[in-house]
Amino acid sequence: MNRDTTAETLLEARDLHTWFELRQWGFLRAGHVRAVDGVNFALRRGEAVAFVGESGCGKSSLARTLLGLHRPTRGEVVFEGGHLEALDKRGLKTYRARVGYVQQDPYGALPPFMDVGRILSEPLIIHGVRDRETRQARVRAALEEVRLTPAESYLSKFPHQLSGGQQQRVVIARALVLEPSMIIADEPVSMLDASVRVEILRLLRNIQVERGLTLAFITHDLSTVRHFAERIFVMYGGRIVEQAEVNELLDHPQHPYTQALLAAIPDPDPDNADREHAVPGGEPPSLANPPPGCRFHPRCPEAMAGLCDRDEPPDFEPRPVHLSACWLHR
Amino acid sequence: MTQPALLRVENLRLAYRTGRGVVRAVDGVDFDLRRGEALVLLGESGCGKSSLAKALLRLLPRNVQAHEGRVWLDDTDILALPEERFRRDVQWLRISMVMQAAMNALNPVVRVGEQVAEPLMVHRGWSRAKAMERAAEVFALVGVSTDFLGRYPFELSGGMRQRVVLAMSLVTEPDLVILDEPTSALDVLTQAGIMNVLKRIKRELNTSFILITHDVSTSSEIADRVALMYAGQIVELADARHFFTEPAHPYSQMLMASVPRLHQPDPPQHIPGQPPDLLDPPAGCRYAPRCPKRFGRCDEMPDSITVGERHHVRCWLHGAGP
Ligand SMILES: Nc1ncnc2c1ncn2[C@@H]1O[C@H](COP(=O)(O)OP(=O)(O)OP(=O)(O)O)[C@@H](O)[C@H]1O
Ligand SMILES: Nc1ncnc2c1ncn2[C@@H]1O[C@H](COP(=O)(O)OP(=O)(O)OP(=O)(O)O)[C@@H](O)[C@H]1O
Ligand SMILES: [Mg+2]
Ligand SMILES: [Mg+2]
Repeated sequence: MNRDTTAETLLEARDLHTWFELRQWGFLRAGHVRAVDGVNFALRRGEAVAFVGESGCGKSSLARTLLGLHRPTRGEVVFEGGHLEALDKRGLKTYRARVGYVQQDPYGALPPFMDVGRILSEPLIIHGVRDRETRQARVRAALEEVRLTPAESYLSKFPHQLSGGQQQRVVIARALVLEPSMIIADEPVSMLDASVRVEILRLLRNIQVERGLTLAFITHDLSTVRHFAERIFVMYGGRIVEQAEVNELLDHPQHPYTQALLAAIPDPDPDNADREHAVPGGEPPSLANPPPGCRFHPRCPEAMAGLCDRDEPPDFEPRPVHLSACWLHR
Repeated sequence: MTQPALLRVENLRLAYRTGRGVVRAVDGVDFDLRRGEALVLLGESGCGKSSLAKALLRLLPRNVQAHEGRVWLDDTDILALPEERFRRDVQWLRISMVMQAAMNALNPVVRVGEQVAEPLMVHRGWSRAKAMERAAEVFALVGVSTDFLGRYPFELSGGMRQRVVLAMSLVTEPDLVILDEPTSALDVLTQAGIMNVLKRIKRELNTSFILITHDVSTSSEIADRVALMYAGQIVELADARHFFTEPAHPYSQMLMASVPRLHQPDPPQHIPGQPPDLLDPPAGCRYAPRCPKRFGRCDEMPDSITVGERHHVRCWLHGAGP
């Protein structure tokens, strides 16, 4: 592996594209779904970042590409200076032990016929931890880390005997048990009640800080990110359209899409009932046939004819260390 | 001037028989609703919100152990009506419902326009042409282009499908529409769009709504009244303004503190502990085991105590002396 990134950077996406083939009647090629379509970013060791965006904008596809579960159509993922592309089967296995994954949909995530002890030992067995006692100690440590204590009383429980919040803790414990240096959590709380959500997000955040983990979490809930991440990436139509430090982005959104997204999030205010939101019309773009120019232009209240509908905007830096891909900043 | 209620619910109960015992999902619920008013039913997962809606509309599974109480729609107790009269005169025509996850339950092989027109043909006996014309009007009302009338469900996005089931519930112009988690699977922009539609319908048609959700912020988009459920009971029933700004029940207060707000500097709080098992709830106040303000009297089940106009709280903190 050639080392070509700075020591600080843990993971980098360079010009990343993940396209899925669209087939008609099962065999005829009918084009591509451009789920990830030109994404660049670098994550520093020990930082927590959030990827936000509408359903279908490519968040999970990006996560799965970073994890090596999808092969990028173009571009590359670089982890600790090594290229994911270059890894053989064994290398990929080691990589997956270094990067924990909390997948979307906690209810489908746990095998119903395994008890918690088994669920957590399984990854250790797969990754060659032969010694039984070492395994048990690590399983116990992971359970304690997600505050399922005393650990003994959870080891023999099956998923259906746990609440949604407890199940999600088990999913997180499973991602932690191999002692990864990074965790990718795909909507870790969207299926849970508000108060449980906060509890799980805090837990993740505390573990991340204590262990110095790098945490990338995916969410469509912008109202909580301020407290659980340091940087935000806003995705639209397979791309990152805006990125900045979390308070900077939430307090000074630059891209019209981010502005619309933030304006649509209600606080629990009784006056809401008396006013309507200004919601951009239309639908998220088709990723099989994205609009030319800026992908947001068909819904954008500030679209400029002859420019936004023709040319793709590059990243501008309208404020320091705050990038936004919009022609308004030119 | 006090308006007569459109709907008055008295001591409603619904219990299920299960292998492990009886689950009291709705355990003595009272509330009323006026014409043009929107009541939001809030509560954690499993507290009985969907069961309450099903009890109102008599949509019961086979393992029902008890279904009791009175539900007055104007002057008729609709729980006492013979089944076929209820289905003929009340369901769809006066009360319609969008079930939880209904957008995934559209018939995949029938065009969405036909599905929206169907209640009119079945319940009003309208001709197909007339029903389709009306379906087109309702599509426009909920913000779906009439070009979509001839499409199949799989050809629509989630947000579009949710609007279609909403159209279906509105097509007969019922007095009351019950919506069970209509937007929780959708992203914020789609959600905001649908809430706009609901507000418009409420204003223009004076329709009453019962909106079920566990999302407090979204509920504030339409609520005139709020009912907070906990373990099968309504623990606070209040005007939205009261509930959102000065809730009276300790559970309501903790719930409001757990709601994330975009521009608040402090992280939201979580509510420690878990709701009780409905197979064997505590004998006294059901919230007491998690309540930081509990005291001796909480071993006794609190009454629903009136603390203001149309404001009721099930908590001894608001009760007269022992
Ligand atoms: N394996 C696949 N094959 C074909 N298309 C796919 C595949 N996975 C995802 N897609 C498509 O790629 C696009 C992006 O999907 P993705 O799941 O990444 O979105 P998302 O942002 O995670 O959405 P959500 O918030 O709903 O989870 C969608 O149009 C989806 O249908
Ligand atoms: N047919 C049934 N048989 C037995 N128990 C049931 C049945 N339907 C629901 N329950 C139980 O009744 C309780 C209330 O369920 P209900 O679906 O009404 O809750 P909810 O508040 O709508 O929850 P959610 O927010 O998750 O939709 C739960 O404990 C549930 O497991
Ligand atoms: Mg996803
Ligand atoms: Mg429900």
